[in-house]
Amino acid sequence: MAERNEPPGGVPTTGQAIAPAPSDAQPLLRLRGISKHFGAVQALYGVDLDLPAGQVTALVGDNGAGKSVLTKCIAGIHAPDEGQMFWEGREVHIRTPKDSASLGIETVYQDLALADNLDIVQNMFLGRERVSRALLDEDSMERAAAATLASLRVTTVRSIRQPVATLSGGQRQAVAVAKAVMWNSKLVMLDEPTAALGVAQTRMVLDLIKQLKAHGLAVMVISHNLNDVFEVADRVAILRLGRMVAQDSLAAFDRQSVVDFMTTGGSSREVLAAGSSQAKD
Amino acid sequence: MARIEDQPGGIVASAANAVEAESAPDLTAAAVEVIPPGIVAQSLAEYLKAWSARIRGGDAGVLPVAVALLAVAIVFTIVSPNHVFLSATNLVNLFDQSAVFIVLAMGEGFVLLLGEIDLSIGYVAAIGGIVAANLVQPSPDWPWWAAILAALLVCGCIGAIHGILITRLRMPAFVVTLAGYLLWFGVMIIILGNAGGVSITSTVLPNQQILYGIVYAYIDPLVAWIGLLVIVGLLGGAMWLRDAGRRRSGLVAPPVGLTVAKIAMVAVAGIAVVAISNVNRGNFLPIVGVPWVVPLVLVVLGAWTILLERTQFGRHMYAVGGNAEAARRAGINVSRVRTMGFVLCSGTAGIAGIIYCSQLGGMTTNINGGQLVLYAVAAAVIGGTSLFGGRGRAVHGLLGGLVIGAIYNGLYLLGFPIQWQLIVTGLVLLAAVSIDSLSRKGVGSGSGARA
Repeated sequence: MAERNEPPGGVPTTGQAIAPAPSDAQPLLRLRGISKHFGAVQALYGVDLDLPAGQVTALVGDNGAGKSVLTKCIAGIHAPDEGQMFWEGREVHIRTPKDSASLGIETVYQDLALADNLDIVQNMFLGRERVSRALLDEDSMERAAAATLASLRVTTVRSIRQPVATLSGGQRQAVAVAKAVMWNSKLVMLDEPTAALGVAQTRMVLDLIKQLKAHGLAVMVISHNLNDVFEVADRVAILRLGRMVAQDSLAAFDRQSVVDFMTTGGSSREVLAAGSSQAKD
Repeated sequence: MARIEDQPGGIVASAANAVEAESAPDLTAAAVEVIPPGIVAQSLAEYLKAWSARIRGGDAGVLPVAVALLAVAIVFTIVSPNHVFLSATNLVNLFDQSAVFIVLAMGEGFVLLLGEIDLSIGYVAAIGGIVAANLVQPSPDWPWWAAILAALLVCGCIGAIHGILITRLRMPAFVVTLAGYLLWFGVMIIILGNAGGVSITSTVLPNQQILYGIVYAYIDPLVAWIGLLVIVGLLGGAMWLRDAGRRRSGLVAPPVGLTVAKIAMVAVAGIAVVAISNVNRGNFLPIVGVPWVVPLVLVVLGAWTILLERTQFGRHMYAVGGNAEAARRAGINVSRVRTMGFVLCSGTAGIAGIIYCSQLGGMTTNINGGQLVLYAVAAAVIGGTSLFGGRGRAVHGLLGGLVIGAIYNGLYLLGFPIQWQLIVTGLVLLAAVSIDSLSRKGVGSGSGARA
């Protein structure tokens, strides 16, 4: 079993003590001191991360900063060497992708993982088809898929029975996201969701991310595109060379300070930025 | 340190990309032409319009094979002496000859759907026929159904061996089944032994008579008409109820006209087959009726269509063929699905082998398993199954098998030697594969998603 009850000891309080930024109430997922190495290469050094429900957290960083490794640790593809994970306040051990899926964590990968030859309904239910009397229950699957797409305001597809191969990049991304949220997921991680998209398609995906947030899900977006980050994120977490160098609400940053943190691990504009945001408040 | 200096440039570059994307036309926009017409059309006229748009888009469905079949029939009718191609005798003969290609192509379809290939099914089919034939010989004299089951079991096990070697040892299907081609050819010769053949033409052993009768026994004309009525009634009723139900509850459904047209097509094809078969084809004694092989092929067609298109396992086969990585991430056991694909392929080949055995009245070492497998692949691809995986239906085997059978039969009627049969079949196969490649290219550039 993936979950284990919190040990009766002071361990979680240690976690509390080093909490980087106070966010309202208890975050859905809390990572404390996550480290991971591959052979001689240390990919993550004691990373702390909070992912609160109903907020979009942008995970940014240079190539090789450890964004993917951190995501894969949460998704259960890599097991961290050290550190703790708290899901809704309880310590959990995520060792396999099944563990993370059973908690309600879904990942939308960059390469989408959709089968081009299947239609939207078939893709959304892939591997979890509804069956009645040994045959596929197409009607109920189609209704459920339509309802999910409608709740996310995905209205641009002409028919949910068209093969995914006929969809645009943004529509494909929307299907992948809808597939992820359909299973009562609580945390959705999107890996570079707008990387391959044009302007209109990017807009559609960003709107979709806002819909997820409005539904009360915790969302983590990995992105290189600072325009997107400043558009949708509530919180920003910046990784550099395997360390979490900054993590705060969006208001504490501006574009330059994010770039400074990504490249040098610090920012002289930090105070100024925080000051200006306070002034705005 | 160099890394750090590089970094702002990286961000500038990504910003520049964003600007470029803004000014460039949106290449990711959907190509709406290739949406299957049945999905968006509200009426039959709209459907036909969408259909023609889709054909221009490169994805033509079963149209090319239907046109090919019609063209082959017209050409052979015109050029055959006394238009003998269209005579009842020859058309029934054509069904019989095509049956082997049709069933083999349906088997090959399972592995083509997975993006694999099975080169061994010609000799696997031969082994199936030989096992069944040997078991109804006077010495074991098994009941006919037990002989058939044993033959299918043997073929299924052969497929399982292929599948396990391919999935567990990660050997390429091409090589494993090429080895199987040689291996099962050798095994076939060993089983046939010194006699070099086995016959099932005895008139005193009832079990042999039944196996021989698959092709050479006929259904009573009245029974055939009643059977046709029942089949068309049940199938048409099911299609109508399903489409009408979906239309009522607002789900995606074809227009009423299309449902009616489909049912009418099934009825017309059925009436044609029964009417042709019920013409007296005998010269001295009357020969009348539908050969049993016709309903047998229809049962295989129905079973494999339901398996592929209405069950979870079938859905998983399409998923594995379309994007194995997506299937794996969705929790599908890809190795199991692929292994089962080879089991189903070889098992279906066993059915084809029994039909072939019936048609030849036995099996000999002269069976050309290499030619059979090439005809099977050709029939599946001509029917519309993609060689690249992810697209294919059981009915493609039926249509492609009929084309191959018609070419085979027509050139034989004209007295063309075997070399011309081979050349014409090769050319038709090339045409079919080029349609497959072009339609794939069309879809690829339409979605812009994957090269």
